[in-house]
Amino acid sequence: MNNPSSVPESPIDSHAIVPASASPTRPFYWSVRRELWENRSICIAPLIVGVVVLFGFLVSTIGLPERRRAVLLLDPAKARVAIEMPYNVAAIMLIFTAFIVGVFYCLDALHGERRDRSILFWKSLPVSDLTTLLSKATIPLVALPLVTFAIIVSTQLVMLFWTSVLLITHGMSPGSTWTNFNLFQQSLILLYGLVAIALWHAPIYGWALLVSGWARRATFLWAVVPFLAIGFFEKITFGTSHFGSMLKHRLMGFAPEAFAFNMHSIDSPQLTPVRYLSTPGLWLGLMFATVFVVAAVRLRRYRGPL
Amino acid sequence: MACIEARRLRKTFGTTIALDGVDLRVEEGRILGLIGPNGAGKTTALNAILGLIPFQGEMKVLGRDPWGARDQLMRDVSFIADVAVLPRWIRVSRLLDYVGGVHPRFDRAKAEGFLAKTTIKRASKVRELSKGMVAQLHLALVMAIDAKLLVLDEPTLGLDILYRKQFYDSLLNDYFDGTRTIIVTTHQVEEVQDVLTDLMFIDRGRIVLECSMEEFESRYLEVMVNPEHVVAARALKPIHERAVFGRSVLLFDHADHEQLAAFGEVRRPSIADLFVAVMGNQAGHKQGAAK
Repeated sequence: MNNPSSVPESPIDSHAIVPASASPTRPFYWSVRRELWENRSICIAPLIVGVVVLFGFLVSTIGLPERRRAVLLLDPAKARVAIEMPYNVAAIMLIFTAFIVGVFYCLDALHGERRDRSILFWKSLPVSDLTTLLSKATIPLVALPLVTFAIIVSTQLVMLFWTSVLLITHGMSPGSTWTNFNLFQQSLILLYGLVAIALWHAPIYGWALLVSGWARRATFLWAVVPFLAIGFFEKITFGTSHFGSMLKHRLMGFAPEAFAFNMHSIDSPQLTPVRYLSTPGLWLGLMFATVFVVAAVRLRRYRGPL
Repeated sequence: MACIEARRLRKTFGTTIALDGVDLRVEEGRILGLIGPNGAGKTTALNAILGLIPFQGEMKVLGRDPWGARDQLMRDVSFIADVAVLPRWIRVSRLLDYVGGVHPRFDRAKAEGFLAKTTIKRASKVRELSKGMVAQLHLALVMAIDAKLLVLDEPTLGLDILYRKQFYDSLLNDYFDGTRTIIVTTHQVEEVQDVLTDLMFIDRGRIVLECSMEEFESRYLEVMVNPEHVVAARALKPIHERAVFGRSVLLFDHADHEQLAAFGEVRRPSIADLFVAVMGNQAGHKQGAAK
């Protein structure tokens, strides 16, 4: 019979026979694709929210030309705020959606494969637990921000074109929208913001991954209840809420570090990447995220079906 | 070279001893049947071999420490843990893409060839396939991987007899080539009887019988003893006795065929007969010890 086993093979030889396998990126690449195949909500949920936002915007543009005339009578700063607002609301809603999707994805990432016993199949393939965990962490840290970026920009583009068409058909110049909402510049700010948010939230995703690998059931409760319990304990015992404000800082703290907002509005913020990168909170968070992921890698090694 | 070599393999779960100092050696090119009652430690032994659980003792599988290097080991080892471990959400075509993408020894054309003999559609999701088709799909994947060791843990559990027969037929005709090693556990002992080259009975974490099929066939004889010879036959110390239609059937280890023929009809016992005999004796010892 002709088979390669008749030739003595060492592990090194086997690499030489199949050079394609030597590339360590392929298991990772396919593992990420696998996650995207399994979790279509990564794309679908933001898409649905995008469509809902567009529909809401569509309804809100009834009577837009008249209102735009009134807005343009205001002083330029206030006009800008008014014109920009729906675009920022759309972006914030989609960013919030992505965060929710990311957390629930992580809570199920290591639990689902144990629940449906498919972990036995995944572990029968030459993919290490580290590669698996890194591919799963890539979803909330890289894939979701990219998807969110694409959907936000597309949504805003549709909004811009719709507004322009509406204004032109009413004999007005669409320029007031395009100059007050510079899509290209806003996209760069958005990209920066998404990176800042993803890194800031990394320990939250890491924690969710760890809990999903550890808990036998009710991953959401296991992930959340301990924090609530500590918060309540502190409040009852010491009457303080340092722990609660720490959690709040972890959820929202990226904003004051990564952006400098002007006094009057939350719009048109200044980017402050240097301040963001020199915040101890960022690096402390990333440290925790690393610890959680490393613990989850070790945990998965011991884990079988539930 | 031995495919698997283990010494004093021990594994406990709390106070339960799943493996109690097992010494194991499986040579390359063998098809080993690991037979034992529920909870005997079969799956624990396989999980230790596959690097899925830590264990005490020493073990080398294809020269590697399985617990330390599962992902590397899996380049050369395939396993089917159960009939239903393929992810239910995945499409057949994507499953092929994925395995091809992560496994250096996967031959996609070969897998497509095996699938062409079935009614499985590429566009179907695993959840849309029948249990038998899922088993066929998993077998097609595994047979397209050029592995040195294949581990099957109850691969046909819950399948109807046609799929079970087909499963072992394809395994023997299209996969086994005399150099690969296969370990299989099953409760359907009679189905693997003609497939195996080696036999191992395991009970309460210990190996209670270990022999090649040639040895099995030459060592064990079963006699349906004529009533007048029962006392004489019992004097030869059968390892087991049972009654069939009111006549005694005695199972002998290392007995002389000519001598037994004098007592009645001599035949070769099935693995299932030997299993019942050996396990029955084990239970007897246990009860004796308890007294």
